[in-house]
Amino acid sequence: MANVLVYAETRGAALRKLALEAVTAARALADASGGGEVHALVAGPSGVGAASEQLGAYGADVVYVVEHAALSNFERESIAATLADRAKQGGYRAVVLGFSTQGRDLGPRLAVKLDAPIASDVTEINVAGDAIVVKHPGYANKVLVTLTLSGSLVVLSVRPGAITAKQAARSARVESIQPAVDPSASRVVVKQVVEGAKGRPDLGEAPVIVAGGRGLKAAENFKLVEELADAFGNAAVGATRAVTDDGWRPHSDQIGQTGRQVSPQLYVAIGISGAIQHLAGMRTSKTIVAINKDKDAPIFKVADYGIVGDVLEVVPALTTAVKAARASH
Amino acid sequence: MGAPAVKIAVCIKRTPDSESRFRIASSGVAIDEAGLKFDIDDFAGYAVEAALQINEKGGGGETVVVAVGPDSVQESLRKAMSMGADRAVQLKVDSVPADGLAVAKALAAELKDGGYDLILFGKHAFDTSAGVVGTATAELLGLPCVTAVSQLDVASGRGSARRELEGAAELVEFPLPAVVTIDEGVARPRYPSLKGIMAAKKKPLESKPAQLGAVRVSVQKAELPPERPAGRIIGEGASAVPELVRLLQSEAKVL
Repeated sequence: MANVLVYAETRGAALRKLALEAVTAARALADASGGGEVHALVAGPSGVGAASEQLGAYGADVVYVVEHAALSNFERESIAATLADRAKQGGYRAVVLGFSTQGRDLGPRLAVKLDAPIASDVTEINVAGDAIVVKHPGYANKVLVTLTLSGSLVVLSVRPGAITAKQAARSARVESIQPAVDPSASRVVVKQVVEGAKGRPDLGEAPVIVAGGRGLKAAENFKLVEELADAFGNAAVGATRAVTDDGWRPHSDQIGQTGRQVSPQLYVAIGISGAIQHLAGMRTSKTIVAINKDKDAPIFKVADYGIVGDVLEVVPALTTAVKAARASH
Repeated sequence: MGAPAVKIAVCIKRTPDSESRFRIASSGVAIDEAGLKFDIDDFAGYAVEAALQINEKGGGGETVVVAVGPDSVQESLRKAMSMGADRAVQLKVDSVPADGLAVAKALAAELKDGGYDLILFGKHAFDTSAGVVGTATAELLGLPCVTAVSQLDVASGRGSARRELEGAAELVEFPLPAVVTIDEGVARPRYPSLKGIMAAKKKPLESKPAQLGAVRVSVQKAELPPERPAGRIIGEGASAVPELVRLLQSEAKVL
């Protein structure tokens, strides 16, 4: 029997979807390790402890709450030290994180502090005797790798969207703890935060993504993408590398091998030819729609539903139809 | 009056061309490398360029490229020197392990007494996309670490950078020495000139065994993921929109 420690990532004071996915992964791992406990650690400004109830509902037995004014920013040095301190209290089989910007930063720090092997961006976790066996899609999702980790404590980060968050009701015991290192003493000082698009879900969490490419012909036509995203109501907006390189959209919108890797329920590719660099970032989407004027574009090879046509004509029609469909139910 | 000279290490990885069609080797635990084109990983290439630009702007300084790898990695180290790096270090292994912490330990052992002001990595490598080695090396060395940096400047013993987040960015400052992992956005890597290629042949490339320590992560199996079902075109022009909406509602159930 061994416990699993999970980092419950927040944005502002709200739990992220990937935090609940990580808790679900941790719950399954604890159960498979002979019925241990899941201990979640949540860190943020005063009030972040309100997330404890939800963490319990998804399977956390204990929630450690770290509240500090300076944690309104993600203070990685302090959070890594606090997680490592907790993990060293003993009895843990694994520390589980989401493979997000935060998890990418915390995972390797924890691996060093705990001298524990680490596997990143995993989509499946299994126990095989004394080892933990994980699956990781590598080579831009073109090769599926199964990794074996030895060691009594391991660090695992879970690909967002790969594991479906499931309720597993517990009434979590809540314990308040202090940060192990003063969060206001970080050596890396944030001078300014450059905010991205407001009012839309993040690309990593949105159930629907509408993305545009060069086929839109001009930067001002990107508003067609925005309007379709608005029609869906819960959509994020993405772009190809060509579009972000040309400055039509910020770099942070880029989907592809060198940008964000996404797997939404629905991906709508508008005026995107489907270069391998782009496909690497979205081919794991559940349903793919493509609208492009070139019937031979590679995007149509992966699109569940393709429409050949001028995006300037088809997209406004789709926007109207989606609005009507959503209004009718 | 130039800025003080900066000594920079750039840790690079050699990876196959990302546009390749991959096959699995007969061992079942690796890709078949036959016929694949290998080069400096994309993000590591940006890191080499960033280092060269900092030292060109500052004057003086030194750029050292370091890689853990078998002898084939020497070609990538030579290429970095043909771009302008001053010397290279190969930390020799038979193959690069899947254990990022072990690789970081080998790099930290090499870098710790090197007197480097700045240690650069790509934000992650194409093959694993794990992004473990850079941050773990920083942690092993006890240095500040800034990840996914798209702009980087060094002046008066301090660094300033733009760090890319999910849907946002931060402008940060940090003391040197530090570890920085490089995202796109810094200038595109230059092509080696003929003069650079000739000069690189005479630059020092030191090869020594990597001090990996225990390797605790290993590949049990590599396989090709299931193919997506072949795509289908449902129609042409705006007249196909009603059918698309019907399919999204009744078949895909996403609307």
